[in-house]
Amino acid sequence: MTRTSHCKTIADNDPRYEELRSFIHSHESKDGIAMTALQEAQNLFGYLPLEVHKFISKETGVPIAELYGVTTFYSQFNTEPQGQHQIQICMGTACYVKGAQKVLDKVVETLGVEVGMTTPDQLFTLNAARCLGCCGLAPVMMIDDDVYANLDNVSEIPAILDRYRKDTK
Amino acid sequence: MSEETKKITITINDRELKADPGETVLQVAHRSGINIPHLCYLKDINEIAACRLCVAEVEVNGRRMRGLPATCVLKVEDGMVVRTNTKAVRKAVRFNLELILANHDMNCPTCVRNGTCELQKLARERGVEGVRFGGIKRAVTIDELSPSIVRDSSKCILCGRCVSTCEKIQGLGVLAFTNRGFNTEVGPAFDFSMRDVNCIYCGQCIEACPVAALRERRYIDDVWDAIDDPDKVVVVQTAPAVRASLGEEFGYPIGTPVTGKMTAALRHIGFDYVFDTNFAADLTISEEATELLHRITTGGVLPMITSCSPGWIRYCEMYHPDFLPNLSTCKSPQNMMGAIIKSYFADVMDIDPETIVVVSIMPCTSKKSEAIREEMEVDGLRDVDYSLTTRELGDMIKQAGIDFDTLEDEHPDSVLGDYTGAAVIFGTTGGVMEAALRTAADVLTGEDLPSFEYEAVRGMEGIKQASVTVPLGGVPTELKVVVCSSVKHAGEVLDAVRKGELSCHFIEVMACPGGCIHGGGQSYVSSTERMSTDPRLARADALYSEDERQVLRKSHQNPELIELIDKFLGAPNSDVAHKYLHTHYAPRPFYAQKEFGECDD
Repeated sequence: MTRTSHCKTIADNDPRYEELRSFIHSHESKDGIAMTALQEAQNLFGYLPLEVHKFISKETGVPIAELYGVTTFYSQFNTEPQGQHQIQICMGTACYVKGAQKVLDKVVETLGVEVGMTTPDQLFTLNAARCLGCCGLAPVMMIDDDVYANLDNVSEIPAILDRYRKDTK
Repeated sequence: MSEETKKITITINDRELKADPGETVLQVAHRSGINIPHLCYLKDINEIAACRLCVAEVEVNGRRMRGLPATCVLKVEDGMVVRTNTKAVRKAVRFNLELILANHDMNCPTCVRNGTCELQKLARERGVEGVRFGGIKRAVTIDELSPSIVRDSSKCILCGRCVSTCEKIQGLGVLAFTNRGFNTEVGPAFDFSMRDVNCIYCGQCIEACPVAALRERRYIDDVWDAIDDPDKVVVVQTAPAVRASLGEEFGYPIGTPVTGKMTAALRHIGFDYVFDTNFAADLTISEEATELLHRITTGGVLPMITSCSPGWIRYCEMYHPDFLPNLSTCKSPQNMMGAIIKSYFADVMDIDPETIVVVSIMPCTSKKSEAIREEMEVDGLRDVDYSLTTRELGDMIKQAGIDFDTLEDEHPDSVLGDYTGAAVIFGTTGGVMEAALRTAADVLTGEDLPSFEYEAVRGMEGIKQASVTVPLGGVPTELKVVVCSSVKHAGEVLDAVRKGELSCHFIEVMACPGGCIHGGGQSYVSSTERMSTDPRLARADALYSEDERQVLRKSHQNPELIELIDKFLGAPNSDVAHKYLHTHYAPRPFYAQKEFGECDD
């Protein structure tokens, strides 16, 4: 597929652009600035749409395509808006044998989105993780910085998700 | 440095060879007649050890290096022992070729690079007789939206030569490796078409591509249709640089001038009239030198910058719109020629201009986009209907079954067929400037000056400066000029002018490094040939030698041009000239987006 246009999702006068500009110019050297600038931009905007790539390119001199190459190389960068809460379900070996697939299936069923997608209300983005590094607690799910351990009983999951719905309200 | 003074001795395939510190094994092997296969390596541009075809068995100080190192990035060391023809190396090369082919479309017989493809050649040479790996191939993108360049990911081998060329030579970075692992694809950002990004269509990426993943958009069949149509009068014009490269399509050494054979071939193909864009190059000088003198004497915008190179124009429109008033308003020779063919020539020959189809043969892929620019028409008639590359002309000659070797030299048709030596050198960096200086100096002094070769603007340096003293209004005045090739260098020059670090009257810019002789439409020169030859030098020589062979070597002395001015234009820069020969420019956005809040998807 080849695109011919793209929609802006961030206004030109968004104050976060100024923050990003001062961040970029606080670095004396432009060498290796691409990755750092993209990280800061993702912190500020939550994702990296074309207009942010164009802004960084203009400020750093790094071509848009090269920045996009970095963005699409690292799975930590997103080009689409992310949900307010990041769900990560560990699919590492230990979690997997202890039933991670059931956990994932339950979350998919509850939220109605597949892995890598964001719920229509922009509340949750669902991701499968390689290993969260706490195999003793398998199967494990993380929502933002909260760890949910030993999720043998998947029927608990809707209630866990509901807490974040309430928090947001 | 002579062989004797080289400081290091290495052994490749049992031959003792002298080498300089800093040389790579691949370089030493190549100049010693030992072929090491390579695909991603492009001298001075892309040295990234990605394709793993240049591998060898290597020992240093009697110790075997681990695995098979890539010789393109392996610096020589004293006493190094290299073996390129062992069972392990042969097996690895074949295996790696198979892996590359496993993700390649392999439609060789119907591919435009059949015969010039570096991958195809290596597969044959290295004895790959089948590919054992089936399975999934990468998702395919074929971007055919641009008028100049087609990007076809089904043929891409991810060597990165285009990526490095666009970034290092042109400073643009249109293409990059996007995504990751199996899904890696070379392309612009956010899946944009090359039509809608910062691409200037120079085609240097096509010249760099070892396969047909990047290729020109071809219009050969449209031209055949026009030739076959009895109601059409098909008129062809050939740019100066084409004659210096077309021979390569038929196996002649790089830079063999084939002007006469080319003209004969065009007649055999069936074009009704054969002209040389050189005529319009002389016309351009007449218009542009007049425009320059007018700007200087009336306080117009300076420095004036040449406008012959459509890649440069796109670049200026995209990156330096503040310099658009500095661009000469002259159309390029391609379009001047088209406009004159459909007006003056049609009138003289009593041909209905509506029936005329103008085909241009160009060393350039960007000319295709110039031809379709909205403003490049007069009274509803397109200046140029189809623009083909040197390579496409080579293919047309072959399709017509013409034996190029045995063709006798012929001359272009009259009315618009004369040209001077000044026009021929338009095809190389500095050529437009030199041609302009030859005419400007004569016009200002009112003499036919005997000394008119301006060595300072010749040569392959990216940025050249010169000055010439001419009488302006009776006062000897220093006319300062700058010549640059590649848009990267053009950008540097403009930055210097903007900052006030550089002041001059006239700047020549050609978008390709070395000028049109190294344009993106010229015959392919493989990465192996590029290791020992700079194709630009031989091609530039071809043009300078043709210049020397001309009796008339100053544009304003072209007899048919004098007649054109006399009978049609009235004078250079006249109202008639402006109607047919001049144009305008506008800032050009890239990666365009709908504004925030205007989106519905």
